[in-house]
Formats: sequence, structure tokens, C-alpha cells
Amino acid sequence: MNHSILPQRAPLLSTPGWSAFFAALLGVCALVPVLHLMTPADSVFHLSEYMVALVGKIMCYAIVALAMDLIWGYTGILSLGHGLYFALGGYAMGMYLMRQIGRDGNYKSDLPDFMVFLDWKTLPWHWTLSESFIATLFLIVAVPGLVAFVFGYFAFRSRIKGVYFSIITQAMTFAAMLLFFRNETGFGGNNGFTDFKRILGLPIATQGMRMTLFVMTGCTLLLFFLLSRWLVASKFGRVLQAIRDAETRVMFSGYKPLPYKLTIWVISAVMCGVAGALYVPQVGIINPSEMSTSASIEMAVWAAVGGRATLIGPILGAFIVNGAKSWLTVTAPEYWLYFLGALFIVVTLFLPDGIVGLWKRLTGRKSGSPAREAAEQSAAREKGQLPTTPDAPATGGAA
Amino acid sequence: MRKLLAQFLLFLPLAWSAGAHALTAEAARAMATGDTDERIAALNQAPADAATAAFVQAMSDDAVKITADRVIVVKDDKGFDAATGAEVPIPEDAEDIVNNNRMRGAFEGTLASLKLMSPDRAERVAAIDALREETDESRLPIVEKALAGETDESLKTRLQAIRARIQLSSSDATQRAAAAAELGHSASPATRTLLIEQLRQEDDANAKAAMRQALAAVEGRLVWGERLAALFSGISLGSILLLVALGLAITYGLMGVINMAHGELMMIGAYATYVVQGLFQKYLPGAFDWYLVAAVPAAFLASALVGAALERGVIRFLYGRPLETLLATWGISLMLQQLVRSLFGAQNVGVENPAWMSGGMQLMENLQLPWNRVIIVGFAFAVLGGMAWLIGRTRLGLFVRGVTQNRPIASCMGVNTARIDTYAFALGSGIAGLAGCALSQIGNVGPDLGQGYIVDAFMVVVLGGVGQLAGTVYAALGLGVLNKLLEGWTGAVLAKIAVLVFIIVFIQKRPQGIFAMKGRSAEA
Repeated sequence: MNHSILPQRAPLLSTPGWSAFFAALLGVCALVPVLHLMTPADSVFHLSEYMVALVGKIMCYAIVALAMDLIWGYTGILSLGHGLYFALGGYAMGMYLMRQIGRDGNYKSDLPDFMVFLDWKTLPWHWTLSESFIATLFLIVAVPGLVAFVFGYFAFRSRIKGVYFSIITQAMTFAAMLLFFRNETGFGGNNGFTDFKRILGLPIATQGMRMTLFVMTGCTLLLFFLLSRWLVASKFGRVLQAIRDAETRVMFSGYKPLPYKLTIWVISAVMCGVAGALYVPQVGIINPSEMSTSASIEMAVWAAVGGRATLIGPILGAFIVNGAKSWLTVTAPEYWLYFLGALFIVVTLFLPDGIVGLWKRLTGRKSGSPAREAAEQSAAREKGQLPTTPDAPATGGAA
Repeated sequence: MRKLLAQFLLFLPLAWSAGAHALTAEAARAMATGDTDERIAALNQAPADAATAAFVQAMSDDAVKITADRVIVVKDDKGFDAATGAEVPIPEDAEDIVNNNRMRGAFEGTLASLKLMSPDRAERVAAIDALREETDESRLPIVEKALAGETDESLKTRLQAIRARIQLSSSDATQRAAAAAELGHSASPATRTLLIEQLRQEDDANAKAAMRQALAAVEGRLVWGERLAALFSGISLGSILLLVALGLAITYGLMGVINMAHGELMMIGAYATYVVQGLFQKYLPGAFDWYLVAAVPAAFLASALVGAALERGVIRFLYGRPLETLLATWGISLMLQQLVRSLFGAQNVGVENPAWMSGGMQLMENLQLPWNRVIIVGFAFAVLGGMAWLIGRTRLGLFVRGVTQNRPIASCMGVNTARIDTYAFALGSGIAGLAGCALSQIGNVGPDLGQGYIVDAFMVVVLGGVGQLAGTVYAALGLGVLNKLLEGWTGAVLAKIAVLVFIIVFIQKRPQGIFAMKGRSAEA
């Protein structure tokens, strides 16, 4: 047993954790391609094109859920604006894909179709870099990262947090959505970008390209998972969790929360941007609805359903919620909103630690983090704007 | 030559007005055939009598056919000779006349000028309205004639304005200058446009000076109307924001519940209004104009009941966990939307304004205050007053304030805090319902109604300072006016974006809104 004051650094993954990780890697890189490409179409093991596309899409969402978990689950900052970063990455990729269409569009012009339609003669300035793939890769990371840095710097410096922060992130996404809906912004208005034909000069709608994108998405998800795991287990990650549980106490201990919060905020935004960039070529469309208020709130639900502050939970949550969505919107479209709404309510009321928490409770293992619940309550009361519940201790304030 | 023609035209109707059917076959044919310019010339020369009016009306209704020897007006599948009015058979080879848009415009103008002489005052007013934008000089004689015969002073003034508009493009420079001087008394935006246009092509120095002077006078009169119109639309928008945010000021501001279903509670109020309207249409059609009076309490009660049920069922388990209430109430909002879709359909439903809410107050030529907007401004302030009274003066208000300030002590004093929570939440929800009732009078009522306002509502409450009623009022009116001022030079969407960015920046500077809560706390 360890008797020092500082706890030992946790291993990156436990032995079963590593086994599961390699199983997932094998599944993404070998099993799915083999089941899709090698089996005959009528076999029970055959994975249809639709299923591959669906799983690929959901893996992008899983990356977003992971990013939400880093910022919400581990740092206690609920962002209702991550749809913006997702869309920014997607639009950066979309611009490149639009340029790759070349003269094969409906109007046989060098300019993207929607610009010809609007009777524009030259590309707007912000399309300059979109011709090069390398520059696009840079933009996918840089644009969401920069927007997140600027917004986060000012918001965290003014120590905006809790609900205020959530609401202004919502306002930011809403404003951006209104902007992207406009034709003169140069992002295709409400139709966005679609009708992609090539990527890196190769046709985009072939089986091989689809598999490549799928494997890339899966590997990115797994890499981000490892990165997140490493982040939260590090000292940096422990400071984040301390900020989540009692920010004031962290400050009084001599830490400055700003750089910590800002770093994780930017990392989270960049992950969303990458997810968006992987999403666009697989789904074949990007439009401003990705920035809508509801899209961003749904992202929080993926994380909440799976279980916050567990990393694996949000990934599961993304798969469960989006799987249910794909199934329900086909079989019973009118019930989808009832289901999603009920999910929001049930998870917040009965499953504060999500499915992973439920699993742990059922299997009798230690529950996620009861400390977090108490901390959230006391933090809310400290601000003096929330009623103190009779069942909570009146001395719960951290300061 | 032109003047001669004008004088000739002036006497033409007088000469022919004796005969019952002064419209000749030749005139009818000239009006119905040939190229557009010739036909318009014929129209302008036609006698000003009832037969011509009927014939022009028939042409504009596409009910005229031509054969080799006569022009036939078709009415109820029977043919009538245009000149004699006698019934005639319609030959197989009769051709329809073809009217382009310019021709149709000419018909309208002619019909209007023919009606200028009508003995019925309402018809004359309609004709003057139709001729308001007219600048064609060939109408001048008819206008002059109408002016000579007009006895009503107000109509006379309006006819003079029309005459001046026409004369402004006259070939005679002195007449143009005189017309400009006359137009200087006007205060309509159309006159300003006309003057600017004429000024651009004017080369006579005298007329130019007169037009400049007139333009300056008109603009001087318009500028105040425009300023007041912008101010009023700002206040109108602000009062809507106020209504939308007032309920939230209780549920979020006082109770700390992030109620994302606030928009859907407004939607319920709007649908309650729709239902009451339907009941009145069915059972009390005579009193339909007063359905709104019954809809106001109905909207309040419907939303308040739903709110109370939500508080009892979901929200009371989540006090003190603001982010959780945000998610749970968002879930509720999705379910309420779908519920409304299942009950009323996904399409917008129609809610009508009662008669006393349509129309408006015409304060200046370019300043009209629509009644529904005026009434909503009044309604918003009435709701504000009622709420201030309820919170500040009643026993319930005292309890609500006590519970939100210090729950344990209030509880010790014997206040049933759980019940007060329910009442307070129901009150906030009911006010959302009132907002929905008001919104149903100015916009679409559909399942998405609430979604459009939820971001605005939160912005107002956050900007005003959570827990501060006065702040909510200032923030709502301030944002409304700011939005409308920006709209003047950036357009609606960019103004909205600018306002959102402004709020984000403002919150950075003053994280607690315009009016911060007083008192000490370690957290910012």
C-alpha cells in the first residue's frame, strides 16, 4: 500500500482496459472491413454500406462526446456551443472538398456551384487556403482552436462559469448559425456544402475510400481516447478535476485556473473540429443546422447518458443515443422526440452517472464520484443564486 | 400640340355624356387591338362614362373577344356588342385579346381615373388611392376635371397632390417648379422618392432650386416620422422581449431553475389562445371579437398548470443542480413540442386578430402604429405591473422572496417551502403563457414557436442581472431598441448577430449583468 501524501500516478489503462482497447482497434481496422468487403451481400455476417456509414458517423459523434466529457465531466464546464467547433472543422473540410469538385459541378465552373448561382466572379478571401489539403488539415485544427482560445480566454478571465457560461456558449453558436445561414458569408447559405466528388484527387464514393475513412475515424477515436485517458490521469487532469469539484479552494491553494481551463477548452474544441472534418466526407453534407442550439445540447446528452467523467461512458452514450435515433427515426419518427426527451429526464433524475454508473451500481463496484455531486451543489449555492435545499447541509460551501 | 390634345380630351367626355352608349365600335376596337402604345393612346382618349368603364373592366377581366366586324364582351357565356350593348352570338373564330403587364397597369389607371368622377365618395377615395403613385401626364386632364368638380376639401387636397406629382414631369419648366413647390407641403416617402428621381434629370435651374427646396422640406418632415417609427418598433420588440423574459425572471432569476422549456410554455399559451378562438368560432360566433379577453386567462391557466405539474414531477428533485435542470427541462421541451405536433399537427395554426386589433393609428404620413403592437406594449407593461404587485405586495410574494433568500429560515418560520416553489414556478409558467397569447397575435403559432425565443429570453434575463426585475425591464427595452436601430443600417440578421455578440462581450465585462446582486460572495 502507498502511504505517501501524493497518490501514485494511475496506469494509463488497466490490463482488461488494454485488452478492450486492442479488441476495439482490431474491430475497426480488420473486422468491419472484412465483414463489409469480403462477405457476400446475402450473408448474415455482411455489414451493409448503410451500416458502415452509420457506424462511421457515430464514431465521429463519439469523438465529440469524448471532448464534451473532458470539458464537462472532468472540468465541470457545460458547453452548449460545441456544435460550433464541430461545424467549423466540418466547414474547413467541406471547403477543400468543394474545391476538389473542380469543373465537374453543374455549371462547369472553377468556382463552387453556389457561388456561380449567386453570380460571384472570384473566390472570397477566406477560401484562399482551401485548395491545399495540407492547409486544410491545418485549418481543421487551427480554426476551432483559435475561436475556442479567444472565446475561452475572455470568458475564463472574467471568471464566467456555471450556467452563465453555458448560456453564452449557446448565444455564440446561435450567432454563428445565423451568420452561416447567410449567403453572402460565402459558406453556401442554408444548403451548406454537398455533392462532393473527390478527396486528394481520388473518387469519394468508392468502397475503398469509404473503408479508408472508416478506419481513419476509428483510429482517431481510439487515439483521442488514449490521449484523454493520459490527460485525465496526469497531474494536469487532476487539477482539472479539482477545479471541477471546488474551484475556489484550488485558487486558494495557489493555482491559477485560467490556463488549465483554457487548455482543456481548446483541446476539446480541436477534437470536435477533427470529428467534424471526418464526418463531412462520410456523410457528404455540411450545413448550418450542425450549429443549432439543439444539436449542441444533444451532444451533452450523449455524454450524460453514458456517464460523465468516465471516458468510456460518453463513447457508449454516443453509440446508444445515435443508434436509437437511426432506428427510431426510420421505424417510428413521431416517437423519436418523446424518446430523446424522456432520456434527458430519466438520466438527470435517476442516472446521474449514466449507464456506466448504473453498471457499477449493479455490479456492486464503487460508484463514480459522489464528491462531484456534493461539489456541484455547494458551488451552486456559493453563488448565492440558488435555493439551498433543505436536505443539503447548510455549511456545504467550500469557501 | 400636347396641350391642345389635353384640352380636347377635357371636353370630350362632356360632349359625349349625353348618349347612353357613347362608346363607339371604333373606340372599342382601338382599345382592344393593335400594339400596346396605340391601345394605351386609345384608352386615354376614350370617353369618361359608365359604358367605357364597364368595357375597360371587361378587358382587364379577360372577358373580351374580337371578330372581324365587332368587339364582343363575354358575360356568363353570352356575348354582348361592346358599342350597342345588344346580345350577339359569339362566333367560333372570335379571338381573345392579349394583355401584357403594361396594358393591365393602364387598365387599372384608366378605371381609377374614370371613378374619380363617381358620385359615391368611397369610390372616389378608392380611385384617388389607386392614382397616388401616378405620374403619367396623359391623366392630367381627368385629374383636373375631377378637381374642378370635387367639393370635399380633403379629397381636393389629395387631388392637388396627385396633380402636382403629374406636373412634376411636365415639359414646361415653370409648371415643374410650381408643382415642386406644391409637393413641398407633402410628407410622404413616395413624394421624396419622386422628387429625388426628378431632380436627377432636371436641367432647368429654377425648377431645380424649387425641387431641392421641396425635397428638403419633405425630408425635414419625414425624418421625425422615421425616427419615431424606429423608436416605436424598438419599444414594440422590447415589450415582446419583456413579456418573453418576465416569466423566466421568476423561474430562472428568482428560483434558479434553468428552464429550457420556457419557450414551450409560451407555445402552450399560444395554443390555448388558438383553442379558445376555435371555441368562440363554434359556440359564440357573435362575440368572436372578444375571444381574446377569454384567451388571456385561459393561456395563463393552461401554462401555469403544466408548469405546476413539471415542478411537482421533475424540477423539485433538481433544485441546486442548475446544469441538471437545464438538461431535464430541455428534454421536457422536446416532449411538449412533439405532444403539440401530435395533437394539432406539425403545421402552423391560424390565430386571427380580433377586429379591434387590426388597423392602426396614423400619426404621420410615414408613421403608423399598428393597433396590435400598441396593445401588446400596453399588455406587457400591465403584466409587469401585475407581477411587481404580486411579488412586492402580496403574502405569496413575500413567501416567494423569503424562500429564495433563505430557505431554511423561511422553513423554520412555518412556510411550506415546497408549496411555495410550486406556486412560484406555476406563476412564472403562467406568465410565459401570457407571452404566448400575445405572440399569437403578431406571429406564427406552431410547434417551434418557443424555440425562436428561448435564446432571447435567457439573454435578457442574464443581461439584466439574475434576480433583478428592474434589470429585466431595462435589458428587454434596451435590447429591443438597440436591435431596431442596428437593423436600420445592417439588416435584421446582422443586427441580431451584433446584439448577441454585444451581450457576450458585455457579460465579460459585467458577469452579473447590468444590476449585480448586492452582497458578498467568494464566487464571482
